Amino acid sequence: MAIYTKEETKAIMSKALEFSKADSCEVNLYGSNSGNIRYARNTVSTAGAQSNQTLAVQANYGKKVGTATIEEFDDASIEKVVRRAEELAQLSPESEEFMPPLGPQEIAESNQYHESTAKIDPEYRAAVAATSIEPAKAKGVTAAGFFEDSANFSSMMNSSGLYAYEQSTGLEFTVTMRSDDGSGSGWVTRDYNDVGRFDAEMASQIAIDKALQSREAKAIEPGKYTVILEPAASMGLLQNMIFSFNARSADEGRSFMSKEDGGNKIGEKIVDERINLYSDPLHPLVPASTWTGEGMPREKTVWLENGVVKNLAYGRYWANQKGVAPIPFPANGIMDGGDASLEDLIRDTKKGILVTRMWYIRTVDPQTLLYTGLTRDGTFYIENGKLKHPIKNFRFNESPIIMLNNLETLGQQVRIDGNLIPSMKIRDFTFTSLSDAV
Amino acid sequence: MRRRDFIYVAGAGAGMLATPIPILGKSIHAQELINPGMAPAQKKGLADVALNVARSLGATYADARIGRYLNQYLFTREDKVQNTVNTESFGIGIRVIANGTWGFSSTNDVTPDGIKKATELAVAIAKANSKIQTEEVVLAPVSGHGDVSWKTPIIKSSMDVPVSEKVNLLLEANNKAMENGADYITTALFSVNEQKYFASTEGSYIDQDIHRIWPFMNITAVDKSTGKFKNRQGLGAPMGLGYEYMIPDTNEEVKGAGGVTLYRNRYNLIQDALDGAKQAKEMLKAPSVEPGKYDLVLEPNHLGLTIHESVGHPLELDRVLGYEANYAGTSFATLDKWKTKEFNYGNELVNLVADKTTPGSLGAVGYDDEGVKCKQWDLIRNGILVNYQAIRDQVHMIDQSESHGCCYSQSWNDVQFQRMPNVSLEPGKEPYSINDMIKDVEKGIYLVGRGSYSIDQQRYNFQFGGTLTYEIENGEIKGMINDAAYQSNTQQFWNSTSKICDTNDYRIFGSFFDGKGQPSQVSAVSHGCSTTRFDGINVINTGRNI
Repeated sequence: MAIYTKEETKAIMSKALEFSKADSCEVNLYGSNSGNIRYARNTVSTAGAQSNQTLAVQANYGKKVGTATIEEFDDASIEKVVRRAEELAQLSPESEEFMPPLGPQEIAESNQYHESTAKIDPEYRAAVAATSIEPAKAKGVTAAGFFEDSANFSSMMNSSGLYAYEQSTGLEFTVTMRSDDGSGSGWVTRDYNDVGRFDAEMASQIAIDKALQSREAKAIEPGKYTVILEPAASMGLLQNMIFSFNARSADEGRSFMSKEDGGNKIGEKIVDERINLYSDPLHPLVPASTWTGEGMPREKTVWLENGVVKNLAYGRYWANQKGVAPIPFPANGIMDGGDASLEDLIRDTKKGILVTRMWYIRTVDPQTLLYTGLTRDGTFYIENGKLKHPIKNFRFNESPIIMLNNLETLGQQVRIDGNLIPSMKIRDFTFTSLSDAV
Repeated sequence: MRRRDFIYVAGAGAGMLATPIPILGKSIHAQELINPGMAPAQKKGLADVALNVARSLGATYADARIGRYLNQYLFTREDKVQNTVNTESFGIGIRVIANGTWGFSSTNDVTPDGIKKATELAVAIAKANSKIQTEEVVLAPVSGHGDVSWKTPIIKSSMDVPVSEKVNLLLEANNKAMENGADYITTALFSVNEQKYFASTEGSYIDQDIHRIWPFMNITAVDKSTGKFKNRQGLGAPMGLGYEYMIPDTNEEVKGAGGVTLYRNRYNLIQDALDGAKQAKEMLKAPSVEPGKYDLVLEPNHLGLTIHESVGHPLELDRVLGYEANYAGTSFATLDKWKTKEFNYGNELVNLVADKTTPGSLGAVGYDDEGVKCKQWDLIRNGILVNYQAIRDQVHMIDQSESHGCCYSQSWNDVQFQRMPNVSLEPGKEPYSINDMIKDVEKGIYLVGRGSYSIDQQRYNFQFGGTLTYEIENGEIKGMINDAAYQSNTQQFWNSTSKICDTNDYRIFGSFFDGKGQPSQVSAVSHGCSTTRFDGINVINTGRNI
């Protein structure tokens, strides 16, 4: 099915607003075409495709709010969904935190759409799987992977005159390569808006190499070690932190961003002064949505500057309570890196551990942002600037705040899951036990 | 990528839910949740369209699932309603085998013409995929059941209870917690009704009506003098019950150690809110644990999650064989260990059974999503690994001829696959209470409710914490402690089992949104057990300063 143009979305949403009899009305119209292929044991296991468009109507009478959705867009269907949202609003309990629709906003043009990605077909997906499986088979390695692509549109309009529209495309690829004897495992992830940047063969080869290099791992004692975290490894810990810059929970005294004597940590230095973290939906390598679901513009926002907290996200209700301007939650996270390549970081390390990836990360203590989880798919001991041998996986208990205070060196940035994160060298990283898992 | 199919509830409390909550289907009026669906006879006629078209196109097997999935989610915090969500999803999923290969397609156009087109697509996909398929599908035989039906034995459907009554209950619980010292509270009530009609070329026409409910609660207490805060989650479980679960019954209350009130087949949300507020305040003053070896006394609402992670997942046959290697991982419980018939998963006290039949459990149905009548079977008997969890196209891989009946799909538009059944630890055979158990422990820790949890991709090494943690010294509860988490290895842990309370202490815990597969699907599953003691387990201190 089609990815609707601006004009098509305006025509459908205008009709919905014309039917509305509520105090105010806000409509979102969005849809996507997506496809995927999954493989395991060196053969394709499933493949699928989905297409959908949805019109969501939110109506309110005072603070009583109702939402209804429909997937058909003829006049009768549009009127039906508006009436249903209004009925639901009349029957709903009052929602104290309801904020009326925003007026017109200045919204930057998004740069997330690439026609080449929108044109991906089942043959391309099958070729990705084959490109991944064939070299694995040849090396005595078993591939299990997943590739998913999508083309999307998103639009909104409300009774206060706000209209927003964007198109986007994206692809995600992960593959786990295991040596046929089960003693080694490697992994890689890639995600892009533009399929032209994606090289399935090169990505798969990295995972194959890691699988072969990680065979016959030796156990070393858990404890505090200098670690080099590949971007996928540090992302596991940083992702939760980046999306927890929440003013409300900080002000309420129940966040790592809460100050001991009340209030939040804006203005406080919480990590090493070399840490700069921001979000920017217009960054060319990690473009993201330039507006939120309620039509608030997303702009470049600095969260940490020279280790100091510069901003926290304020939802519209909380911003209103506190008398400040709302700041949307980020759609991406970008951490400044350095010039050092991963090889440079390894070469400059006397004793340490290289971590490919971390897994099953869960919060242990929200007060200190302590997380636990395990290394996975390629963990190596470094001695005198070289990878000496693979080691068995560790469980860690570590907080990204402590980790970013123990920073030694920042390396080059890599795109991971829509974010731009550097590799980093950290001292005194806490491993608490050994795992036999490969 | 289907981010809009999920709701993300703002606020630290709701964040304790850990996973985004899937929204399956379109928003509807709460009143519509109680409308009867399509009559079975009409569904039979439509399902036959799929089966006949599939046969005529050369499929050697076909099944059709006509599903109406109803969900109601209610969210409140303190004195406010945050969100009320009612959804309905209706459609048909058709699965076929052609050229020895699976094909699947689904549509919400549940008309003869729509079904014909979807069936043609399913067969075309099977034929296309057969060109790259290296392992032909082998199905275990199953007898046709004819026209049958099954319904969760509920007393009162949650969908029949007015939204206002349910919201008022949540707000009353919130008020009770706030009156008793809570600084914040989030409560939610999830109600699910799956109306599923299954038909297959084996001659089964199965109509099922399945109900589940989950009251969620998270209470936060903040000490403004120190800046410390503590969360205490509710001790209710997700259950395969109707609204009767929300109606308190003192006969279903269990007195745990340390004055903790626990719940069996009925919950008292307001009482738990009151207790929770007091306990959250108490946590703020509790000392930090001294790390070291302890004897652990694990309460069922806590141990259920340990069973889920360390027994339920590693014994899924698709994981063992490598089909989930890129997502959930593989398993240490390999076929060669099972084949020895002497692999000590645990010691001789440990008997773990799988089932899809326990009344009140989340996994209970009459028939699974490929028409197999549900049953109970052994996974671990007297400590020995004796079986896995497998469905029709898998059991031949472990030299068995009968499916275990644990195939499930979250919706009509997702393909069904092997999912975890209920996995439960049998209670001790000798009379033995929680109080008897505490008396026998010299240096131990009593953990209640679920806290932080993490396990490796082959299910060896895990770390768990609880909602409430108490120190045991010389046979008595000494008091509440903070910052305790235990780390162990699955096989060592189950071999350290030293005592299991009797059946009077038996209760079930559940997981409402267990994820698996790519694209990911959710499933609901329960785990029963009595309070159990594990000796000499390593406990770490998770306290830090930032």
